[in-house]
Amino acid sequence: MDFLNAIILLLNYLFVPALSYGSQLALGAIFVSLIYGILRFAYFTAGDLMSFGTMFTILFTWYFQSLGIGLGFLPTALIAIPFGIIITIFYVLLKDKLVFSYYRTKKSPPVMLAMVSIGTMFVTQAIVRIIIGPFDRRFFDGEKFIIRANEFKEMTGLNEGLAIKSTQVITLFVTIVVVSILFWFLNKTKTGKSMRAYSDNEDLALLSGIDPKKVVMTTWVIAAILATVGGALYGLDKSFKPFTYFNNMLPIFAAAIVGGIGNPFGAFLGGYVIAFSEILLTYAYKKFFVYLLPESLEPDSLLQLLSTDYKFAVSFSILVVVLLFRPSGIFKGKVL
Amino acid sequence: MRNNLDVIAAYSIMLGLIILVGFLQSWSMALSILCLCLISAVMTIGANIQWGYAGLINFGIMGYTALGGLAAVLVSAPPVEEAWRAGGIDMLLCAFIIFSMIFIIRLVMKKFSKSKNRNYIIAAVIIVGLILLRLISAPAIESIEAINPATTGFLGGMGLPILFSWIVGAFFAGGLAYVIGKIALGLRADYLAIATLLISEIVIAVIKHEDWLSRGVKNVIGLKRPVPYEIDLQGKEWFINLVQKFHQGSLNLITDNLEKQQALKQLVIESSTVFVKLCFAGLFTVVVIILLIVTQKALYSPWGRMMRAIRDNEEAANAMGKNVVKQHLLIFVLGSAIVGIAGAMMVTYDGLFTPGSYRPMRYTFLIWVMVIVGGSGNNFGAILGGFAVWFLWIEAAPIALFLINFFTSGLEETNVLKVHLIDSIPYFRFLMMGVGLLLIMRYRPKGILPEKIKRI
Repeated sequence: MDFLNAIILLLNYLFVPALSYGSQLALGAIFVSLIYGILRFAYFTAGDLMSFGTMFTILFTWYFQSLGIGLGFLPTALIAIPFGIIITIFYVLLKDKLVFSYYRTKKSPPVMLAMVSIGTMFVTQAIVRIIIGPFDRRFFDGEKFIIRANEFKEMTGLNEGLAIKSTQVITLFVTIVVVSILFWFLNKTKTGKSMRAYSDNEDLALLSGIDPKKVVMTTWVIAAILATVGGALYGLDKSFKPFTYFNNMLPIFAAAIVGGIGNPFGAFLGGYVIAFSEILLTYAYKKFFVYLLPESLEPDSLLQLLSTDYKFAVSFSILVVVLLFRPSGIFKGKVL
Repeated sequence: MRNNLDVIAAYSIMLGLIILVGFLQSWSMALSILCLCLISAVMTIGANIQWGYAGLINFGIMGYTALGGLAAVLVSAPPVEEAWRAGGIDMLLCAFIIFSMIFIIRLVMKKFSKSKNRNYIIAAVIIVGLILLRLISAPAIESIEAINPATTGFLGGMGLPILFSWIVGAFFAGGLAYVIGKIALGLRADYLAIATLLISEIVIAVIKHEDWLSRGVKNVIGLKRPVPYEIDLQGKEWFINLVQKFHQGSLNLITDNLEKQQALKQLVIESSTVFVKLCFAGLFTVVVIILLIVTQKALYSPWGRMMRAIRDNEEAANAMGKNVVKQHLLIFVLGSAIVGIAGAMMVTYDGLFTPGSYRPMRYTFLIWVMVIVGGSGNNFGAILGGFAVWFLWIEAAPIALFLINFFTSGLEETNVLKVHLIDSIPYFRFLMMGVGLLLIMRYRPKGILPEKIKRI
């Protein structure tokens, strides 16, 4: 019984939150990785693009709510996401046309493009803050929990409750769907294959008649979709605040690099690596051991490896270690 | 002379703008803009050395700034003797353990050849060290933070004049840069950017949460100034006389004696803030000029030429027998040390240390905008960038207000759109920065004052 309690405890406070946070990071990391692989620069607007997409999702959610359209127990945001995606796609394509395409045709060094993306980061941030403001917004509606802690306790008769928020399940479900479609697209369709070829060897790809414009456009469209979906899921699960989204850029970059930048599958796994290590290292294991060990051995400290203040620092340290010992990432980079 | 015409013109315009603020808004405002412009200029000199001279991307400017600020606290805050008695020795012991850990690891690295066993030994040293650190520091930190948490709760500083911290800040930042450089300088340009950005976040996290060292988010206030305080000035005979002399004309117009006294008092209060800021501006100008002379000399010395050669073609420079790795590390440390000075200057100017206010937008990316807009590789350009961008950053709100009022003049005062736009005025500065950066990068990629290379 105690053993079961201990497992449920870990599931509740560790595994489930890490899984949903990891999925949200993974979606971001995949598109950062894709842009790095195909457009060949570090895209510093990543976090703000996510907040841009989320902002429009929120605006549409409010609009639908005012019309009385809803999904019952599911959050209204789910029908708003596609509209958010469309606007974000327009935005990134416009940005590419006005800003990035110039440097691409000039074959500027990647550093230059990264600097330019800082310029667009400032602009995107300004747009988001001017339209929706810098405040914390919650736009979740519908049923909050799938299993409540109390219900779970009654059902199983255990001491520990397992609460599963519906946003967590939605996050996981949507991530699985989006990511499997993405990998199917990259591996099976002609456009996807040409993207991979372009990422592997640009000159060779151009020689064999791949249209670079189409590849670049597809990349931006995928980036917009992933950014909006990832951002909206994060906002549903926690809350929407532009500054947090900007800060999320950092673990996203960490995930992308840890997974091997330029390699979307690595980035996908990298998201989970970052999320799990953040939560594993900052969780206080006291209660867990209270269940497992006999009373005489019970620990009196919190058994927390690092205080939760250092959550971000954990992922960055992992990144630094990975950069030092395996600069190409855990899953080897540049094999889109 | 003719060669430098653009420099002179650009700086005259900049000074003219600041003086204009003095006439239109207030002299106190103009001087505080000037002071922060000067601090930004120091930061841009540091960033420019790294990016303009050597082509290294350092997105960790925020971290070095904060370390400089921490130096200001550690140097000038009065020591908290009680806290030292409670846990000082334990903390020193921890520092000793950290140093011995580093020493042992270095020794192991040297003595043993690369093997699995060596990795195990290093891992064991780290784990044992960490456990020891945890065991010793946890109770010490607790007892330090328990002492008078509302006012102190930290070890305090050395109680020295805060001006020393400008040098100490440079050493702190340079030391951190040395460690980071050793670790990360081998990385490719964009990896280096991301790695330094993340490391600077770690630095901020540590400063924010190690309360025993820096009071963390509880902030340190009331750091001693190197210049007189307004209150003291207002009581000083010579200062009142000075103000009287300065405003003789306008004071003589007032006939009533009591009213005259009142007006004088008001003038003294106003002038005291201006005087204090003037002192600060003087100090900062000295620093900027010294740094400018030194960096300018360095740029046109054989060393500067070598750095440019390394920047433009690493392999060729390497083939000529220049030690690229060593020079990169050197310039990384130097540039970061200069940023550290700026961090200490900023805390000196504010008189308080607020770790929560260090954000990458303000302290890293804005500085980069300054360097790129001003002209990377050209010190005059970088400083001008610091001035121009900071000026725009502060004056963005009035400009945005004017523009919004101009474009929505057809709308009513209560129009939803107009009210919303006026509410979000603070964010227009981001828009201006972004658009400015994009325009400069597109149409004048070398900045307002591009790099000049003297032919020999």
